[in-house]
Amino acid sequence: MSILVNENTRVIVQGITGREGQVRTRLMQGYGPSVAAGVTPGRGGEETLGLPVFDTVAGAVNQVGAVDASVVFVPATLAADAAMEAMDAGVKFVVIVPDRVPLHDVMKLCKFAEEHNARFLGPNTLGCLSPGKGVLGMMGGSPEAARDFFAPGRVGVTSRSGGITSSIAYYLKKAGIGTSTIVHVGGDSIVGLPHPEILRLFEEDAETDAVVMFGEIGTTQEERVAEMIRRGDFTKPLVAYIGGKQAEEGTRFSHAGAIVEGGRGDYQSKVSALGDAGAVIVERFEDLPSETARVLAELNGK
Amino acid sequence: MAKLLEHKAKEILARFGIPVPRGEIAADADEAAAAAERIGFPVVLKAQAFVTGRAGKGLIHFCDSSAEVRDAASDVLGRTVGGFPVETILIEEKLRIASELFAACMVTDEIPGPLALLADRGGSGVEQMARDGKATLASRPFDATTGLKLYEARSLAVECGITGKQLSAVSGFLVRLAKVFLTEEARSLEVNPLVMTEGGKVFAADCHFSVDDYAAGRHPELGIEIAREIGHPPTELEKIAAAYEATDHRGTFYFLELSAEGDRPVGFHGAGGGGSMMSMDALVRHGFTAKNFCDTSGNPSAAKVYRASKHILAQGGIVGYFASGSGVASQEQFHSARGMVKAFREWPLNVPAVIRLGGNKEELAIEILGKFLSDLPVPVEAYGKDDSAAFCAERLDALVKEHPPVEPYDCIPTARTEVAKDEYAFDVRTGTISIDHAICRNCESRPCIESCHAEILEIANSAPRLKEPAEESAHRCTECLACELACYGAGMRSIAINLPIPGFDEYLAKRGGQ
Ligand code: SF4
Ligand code: SF4
Repeated sequence: MSILVNENTRVIVQGITGREGQVRTRLMQGYGPSVAAGVTPGRGGEETLGLPVFDTVAGAVNQVGAVDASVVFVPATLAADAAMEAMDAGVKFVVIVPDRVPLHDVMKLCKFAEEHNARFLGPNTLGCLSPGKGVLGMMGGSPEAARDFFAPGRVGVTSRSGGITSSIAYYLKKAGIGTSTIVHVGGDSIVGLPHPEILRLFEEDAETDAVVMFGEIGTTQEERVAEMIRRGDFTKPLVAYIGGKQAEEGTRFSHAGAIVEGGRGDYQSKVSALGDAGAVIVERFEDLPSETARVLAELNGK
Repeated sequence: MAKLLEHKAKEILARFGIPVPRGEIAADADEAAAAAERIGFPVVLKAQAFVTGRAGKGLIHFCDSSAEVRDAASDVLGRTVGGFPVETILIEEKLRIASELFAACMVTDEIPGPLALLADRGGSGVEQMARDGKATLASRPFDATTGLKLYEARSLAVECGITGKQLSAVSGFLVRLAKVFLTEEARSLEVNPLVMTEGGKVFAADCHFSVDDYAAGRHPELGIEIAREIGHPPTELEKIAAAYEATDHRGTFYFLELSAEGDRPVGFHGAGGGGSMMSMDALVRHGFTAKNFCDTSGNPSAAKVYRASKHILAQGGIVGYFASGSGVASQEQFHSARGMVKAFREWPLNVPAVIRLGGNKEELAIEILGKFLSDLPVPVEAYGKDDSAAFCAERLDALVKEHPPVEPYDCIPTARTEVAKDEYAFDVRTGTISIDHAICRNCESRPCIESCHAEILEIANSAPRLKEPAEESAHRCTECLACELACYGAGMRSIAINLPIPGFDEYLAKRGGQ
């Protein structure tokens, strides 16, 4: 198994005729999973990369049959609308790659997704990749690079920084540790599947033994992960690194933020919450692979 | 996230019917005094700056006469707050305050969605009072599409102990505040204090307005110059960068000048938020300070990276150039390499550089940097994903110790600088490609054709031309710069890809050249 994507996932690409859409469709075609069709309004009836292009998602699904996921490569201000279109057409999982999607669009999308019993990764995400099985989004960039960077295994990766997501998986591979699924939750403050949701999926995944998490200052994602561990909702070993230690303290502008987050969101809060809950906190990024190896050895020794 | 200054925020509130004190802005003592006369004494004079606790910093004055206004204005204007000067002040009527509250709307990731807040006390330190139980704080999520309903607002007010006539005034205020928040797509919007006057009216006495940078383009009424969190009024170079970025949407380019002082300032060129943060940490650990923050990520074109490099170099006063991102990037790294080569040869680079371009196609990226920059009088070292940011910072440290900045020198740029004898030119997305066919006729290898992955060039009549008419094919050029570098590499220098940055040359001229 793995989470979110595997070799059997069937996917469509929204914005397939654009620059990113073209390059990343080639990535998915070359690495897996199978791309069924593309959508670009106004280009219906054309063909690209050996795939039929449709004007609408509904039109695509009608023709090629149900799909598991849609990957969105449209301009940022159109991204939420594209995701809603996919959900309305019955697609249950949408990966929203573009950066700079307006926050209020994302808030509305959260509600829309809930009403449609759908979920989304991103926005501002590289996507997710299960080594050797498939990728949704642009992780790895090209099939050759993806094959070079990632090796299959039993450690899940979840990260709030795109580049760091691939880095972690690659440095783990170099240390002889393979990964089950690598997830970039997206860099924005509101994302469809934040760390806690990804950990819930990893918890249920029989092929994931432990998880490496890259957290960052801001939002309450990491604190909520700590609560999950305490409640017993996440029981696998978690190795975490929190970025942003050097970020200036005391620059917070908003009283409202301070009131609502109540001290959560900063580096210290995240590190102590996770540490107290029993996660392994790594101080230096470079130490992630060795700490993960140690945790796995302990697990196997048990 | 970009913020609005108080006077701008209040202007927006007023448009939505939210009562704000009568006020005017002024940029000097005369204007301030005249404004105060019009408003009527007593007045409040408030420095317009992005800081909290202005009263405690002497940035707010209460004045009873024109003379007092003049004194206060001269004191405040020109003072530096957070490294940048105060340029405007707001003169307002002084409210007769009966009590102060706190009201806000914000986005929280926990719900996720918008949240309305009301506290029965206001002023700075309200978060501490709420934490200590000295203030009552009521909050509730509301619908991002339909807004805060009146009964929802009322329940918040009741929770905060508001009764009688004031109940409808405060709830009405909250409903309007939520409307501003949703309509203007704010990230957070706070009124602190929300003043109840002796006359029983409510006023927004101060307002913190954080814009959603990603939506700023849809709200010209907010007057955002740079839709980014920068914490200071934008500098000239930052404005030039932002204006260019607004016209070129391939990937992200973000440039910010930093005020940190240090004797080893480095031009910093990152890629991606997390990786940049990690790389800057590594620099700092080696006793460097970053002169700037710069991020080119999200698969930017070579042309964009070239322009970013020019901004970094244009700051001047650096002892080294450090490029480093996450180390395992998905974007094709040769674009960044080509952009830097063009910028470094053109400027030319006068300090050691360490370029860490790990990730997709890094071998080619490293090869390009080596091939085109090895003849510079300063060392340029290139690394990939197997070398950590920490190691690269260490290399820069060693290089900087050995190689102080060199004097300006002559360097042959990759682009042709001579006027073409037989010019063939076409416009591409953000610039122009000019080829001198007089040179091309003597060219044997013609590597330009093969280097063009967009496959828009062909040899016709013994020289490279677009295969199809320019209207149909020039837009397919990705400004990858491969043809210019290939031609330069063949020793021909027939191609000049001209990539202007509006305002950049003027900026350099004003500064007295390079
Ligand atoms: S490589 Fe340069 S000189 Fe040769 S044909 Fe191409 S543009 Fe002309
Ligand atoms: S003409 Fe071709 S090689 Fe030259 S910049 Fe454009 S895409 Fe690149």
